[in-house]
Amino acid sequence: MAKKIKFTDKTTKFLEKIMDLSGEQVTLCEQCGTCSGGCPFVEEMDINPSQIMRLVMLGQEEVMESQTMWLCASCYTCTIRCPRKLDLSKVSEALRQVKLREAVDNIDIAEIDAAEAVKLPTIALVGNFRKFTG
Amino acid sequence: MKIPYFPGCTMKTTAKNFEMSAIASAKKIGIEFVEIPRWNCCGVVSSLTSDDLMKHLAPVRNFLRVQEMNKAEAVSENRLLTLCSMCYNTLSLTNNRMKENADELQKINDFMHREDENYAGSVDVVHFLSILDEWGFDKLKIENPLKNLKVASYYGCMLLRPKEVGIDDPEAPQIMEKLVTAMGAESVEWDAKSRCCGSYHTVKNIDLVKKLVSGIINDARENGAEAIITSCPLCAFNLDVRQKEMAVKNSDFQTMPIFYFTQLLGIALGLEKSDLGLEFNAINPNEILKKYEKIKGAK
Repeated sequence: MAKKIKFTDKTTKFLEKIMDLSGEQVTLCEQCGTCSGGCPFVEEMDINPSQIMRLVMLGQEEVMESQTMWLCASCYTCTIRCPRKLDLSKVSEALRQVKLREAVDNIDIAEIDAAEAVKLPTIALVGNFRKFTG
Repeated sequence: MKIPYFPGCTMKTTAKNFEMSAIASAKKIGIEFVEIPRWNCCGVVSSLTSDDLMKHLAPVRNFLRVQEMNKAEAVSENRLLTLCSMCYNTLSLTNNRMKENADELQKINDFMHREDENYAGSVDVVHFLSILDEWGFDKLKIENPLKNLKVASYYGCMLLRPKEVGIDDPEAPQIMEKLVTAMGAESVEWDAKSRCCGSYHTVKNIDLVKKLVSGIINDARENGAEAIITSCPLCAFNLDVRQKEMAVKNSDFQTMPIFYFTQLLGIALGLEKSDLGLEFNAINPNEILKKYEKIKGAK
């Protein structure tokens, strides 16, 4: 279904915020879909990586409700393949940080099973907390 | 060669089999790992935002220690050696950023004003595989060739991507395969060698990790592999421990042993079994190693 988008100061500000935080010129994305084609997590995603880029480009804050940025594990598969040399891992990180900096964590540490926590490697826990907590 | 060595936190816990087999193999070759004093966690994952400079502090502190070791002539290298792929990636990304941004490095140095000196950007980060490659795989003295063992080399993400820090071609790496061949084993070509295993999602999204791990192991098997080697303690945990959990739940599941590349290297170099830490591997590797009776100290 077609959606009417109105560009306002708010949409421009959101786009600028993500471009600032990520350091990536998101508007260069030409929507070729290479990122989505190679993403190992794409099957789990509600919105695929190229759609994320499109929504950010258009300043659509609804992108913040998607789970895609949380699934992205910064594996850089898309990064090395993007024909425009855009680093989508950085865009995902920027989106996560917008949320985390509002003091909204994406994981409740207390919910991790104690028996699991004991056997997990330290790098799994630290990595997880760095990506999912502010 | 006396090289500064950064273990990172996991090398002392779930990946001690990696550390012990690597140190013993290196010693046999003539490389001494000198653990850097007062090392701290590298942060595991690199901070990818433009402004979050604070999160790059931890790696820089470790580089300072290397700088000091060089000043004291305690080592013969100003390269910092890592075993863990995640540490390698995170340390390398920060180091590159510091070398490219004098202002940011100055800010970090100013913050660490209680240190005796500033970090000058003089250290390079290097992975053990690159050191072995540089040493010359063909020069390794293989006492116990792993004849007929079909090995799939699993790189995962952090050794190869992003390209700026990758130790080999990010799309078609061969460095581990060269090592496999040098050990007298048979290298298997497969599709999933650089596919993500799910990484830290293993904390809260175990089903997702198991799905990815199944795909990786099936691909290795379909291409004829009998074992997988890796250099990442998180990949190893996911491939080994999560695989074992799947096998416990489903008796039809055919397991595949997962090794740190240094464990197989240790066997090939003729190390004692007690140097290899095979008892810490989740999927029992003994069956597949039966063929290599020459493993010293094996019962």
